[in-house]
Amino acid sequence: MKQAHSRYWCAFLLLFVLLALLAAWNINAGSVPLTGAEILHILFSPPDGSTEYGIVRTLRLPRICAAVILGGGLSVSGFLLQTFFANPIAGPFVLGISSGAKLAVSLVMISLLSRGLIAGSAALIAAAFAGAMLSMGFILLISQRVKRMSMLVVCGVMIGYICSAITDFAVTFAEDSNIVNLHNWSMGSFSGIYWDSVAVMAVVVGVAMVLAFLLSKPIGAYQMGEVYAQNMGVNIKAFRLALILLSSILSACVTAFAGPISFVGIAVPHLVKSLFRTAKPILIIPACFLGGAVFCLFCDLIARTAFAPTEVSISSVTAVFGAPIVIYMMVFQRGKSNL
Amino acid sequence: MRDYLYTEDLSVGYNGQPLIDHICLHLRRGEVMSLIGPNGSGKSTILRSIIRQIAPIRGTVYLDGRSMSQMTALETAKRLSVLMTDRVHPELMTCRDVTATGRYPYTGKLGLLTAADWAKVDEALVLVHGEDLADRDFSQISDGQRQRVLLARALCQEPEVIVLDEPTSFLDIRYKLELLSILKDMVRRQGLAVLMSLHELDLAQKISDYAVCVHNCAIERCGPPEDIFTAEYILALYDAARGSYNPDFGCLELEPPTGAPQVFVIGGGGSGIPVYRRLQRQGVPFAAGVLHENDLDYPVAKALAAAVISEAAFIPIGDAAFRCAAEQMERCPRVLCPLSAFGPMNEKNRLLRELAEKAGKLS
Repeated sequence: MKQAHSRYWCAFLLLFVLLALLAAWNINAGSVPLTGAEILHILFSPPDGSTEYGIVRTLRLPRICAAVILGGGLSVSGFLLQTFFANPIAGPFVLGISSGAKLAVSLVMISLLSRGLIAGSAALIAAAFAGAMLSMGFILLISQRVKRMSMLVVCGVMIGYICSAITDFAVTFAEDSNIVNLHNWSMGSFSGIYWDSVAVMAVVVGVAMVLAFLLSKPIGAYQMGEVYAQNMGVNIKAFRLALILLSSILSACVTAFAGPISFVGIAVPHLVKSLFRTAKPILIIPACFLGGAVFCLFCDLIARTAFAPTEVSISSVTAVFGAPIVIYMMVFQRGKSNL
Repeated sequence: MRDYLYTEDLSVGYNGQPLIDHICLHLRRGEVMSLIGPNGSGKSTILRSIIRQIAPIRGTVYLDGRSMSQMTALETAKRLSVLMTDRVHPELMTCRDVTATGRYPYTGKLGLLTAADWAKVDEALVLVHGEDLADRDFSQISDGQRQRVLLARALCQEPEVIVLDEPTSFLDIRYKLELLSILKDMVRRQGLAVLMSLHELDLAQKISDYAVCVHNCAIERCGPPEDIFTAEYILALYDAARGSYNPDFGCLELEPPTGAPQVFVIGGGGSGIPVYRRLQRQGVPFAAGVLHENDLDYPVAKALAAAVISEAAFIPIGDAAFRCAAEQMERCPRVLCPLSAFGPMNEKNRLLRELAEKAGKLS
């Protein structure tokens, strides 16, 4: 057990170091070259009105914060869903929850834009949450009939396609120049996020994270299956409801600000569990948050810089790195659980 | 002593449809109660309703004097633990971790175990002879080992009642015996109450203080094992039309070969049993004699032989039985005599053997 403890410390240390490195790299990378000294100067001095100051303080920093908060939230949401469905390939994207949120948000945005209004953060999150809960409701209905987990995932992907199709219709036929932004958003992107949004998402994700962490004891029990969890003293109904609400609010919040981001919710919990060699939620929940932050910073770095000045959608990058991991899991872990 | 776990007019079933009505089970501390009955009769349904995994249709389950529906899951957990047949697939958990989940009702908000908790976990693992398994991955051990680790888990929950659904199913005989011995030990030393379903009738007969028979959508009978485990009733309980059940040995016998006896077996004192079984396997109908009614061979011969010539217990074999056996032997083409010890009580069997030898039938 001593060995295990030192492993946990090393893993956390590794994640923190990666997070710091990637954050630094992200501040530095971009079309305007900056030296380390310049960046430090900008970070620790009052506003001087220069372009560099604006780029770092109002573009790059909030974007980094958003990637950290939303990436972390998304992978914790995935971990909660995997616990709920007892299925390692469950996640907000494959179960169609992100797409449901996307649909609701785009409908709200379009209807507000057509009246000349711009949706606020709260409205966006509320819409995304409603959409996420709607998809979640469908998935829950299906999960009562479909016992095989692979079928559930297929149904989730179908729900995702339906929602995306409706979103595309709405976006295509909406008449507004602002639709361009909407289109970017609906592909998934961390661009265009400013401090006010960061503050809102920090509060929402922060509260959800604390609640999820406080649930780590029953989550651990639930990993033993519902029968044993109940016998250990978990109030199953309340617990399941809490899991649904928390995972939905987390993925809804991510979708509201950055659009649907694929595969982070599956790939990161898997990588983190492999790194820690445990699935104990008290370790894995914070580790998933850090891992998701690292993963999204990394992917956003590539999205911004790989084909600069053109920016790729974040979802494409996460898919490139995340989907192979998911395929690997499906192929090599089939024997272990009831996929 | 009052009943620790009891049900009052409990009806269990699925989707609002009662499967079994009027279940009144009463279990005291320090007692073992087994549910027996055919597959699909509803043993598991009863157990699952008692542990509140499925909602009862009607009626109440009382635990420690209180209605279980009024108790929180945590209050129940400190009194009752379970070992069910559901497969568990915990991810990346060692057997020690799995056992440690039994401490759940006693840990704080974050579920961290104290050194005392870990000591109890290891103690429980030692009890099931699982100390070597402690650091192994739970998903990579055998079914039988898993069952023992789950028993350790149930025990370190420190229950007053333990509910087990077919706990011995995956175990080999060593661990079957060990699991039941551990339970019996806990029952005697700590006054644990055990409620379980069992398929092994011989074990159920030996370990149970009460046997409850579930059959035909009802609790057909319940009582101490000596009232339940009778040759006729056990066959009726399982609707078994072929073969027989031996309540003294608690063993099952296949049905005898049909037809007129081809072989006469002179047996006694246990010498006949292997011969009877061999003939049964080969499908050769046979007659057995002359056996005292208290002879070891007698119940097996009764179950397997086409005809048994017997004598009352504790008296020398008389002329009537001898004549009857001689006639029977006359009709059989072959005679086997595994019996080698003769004395005043079975002197007539020696005469039978001589007769057979003279007729050239003895092989």
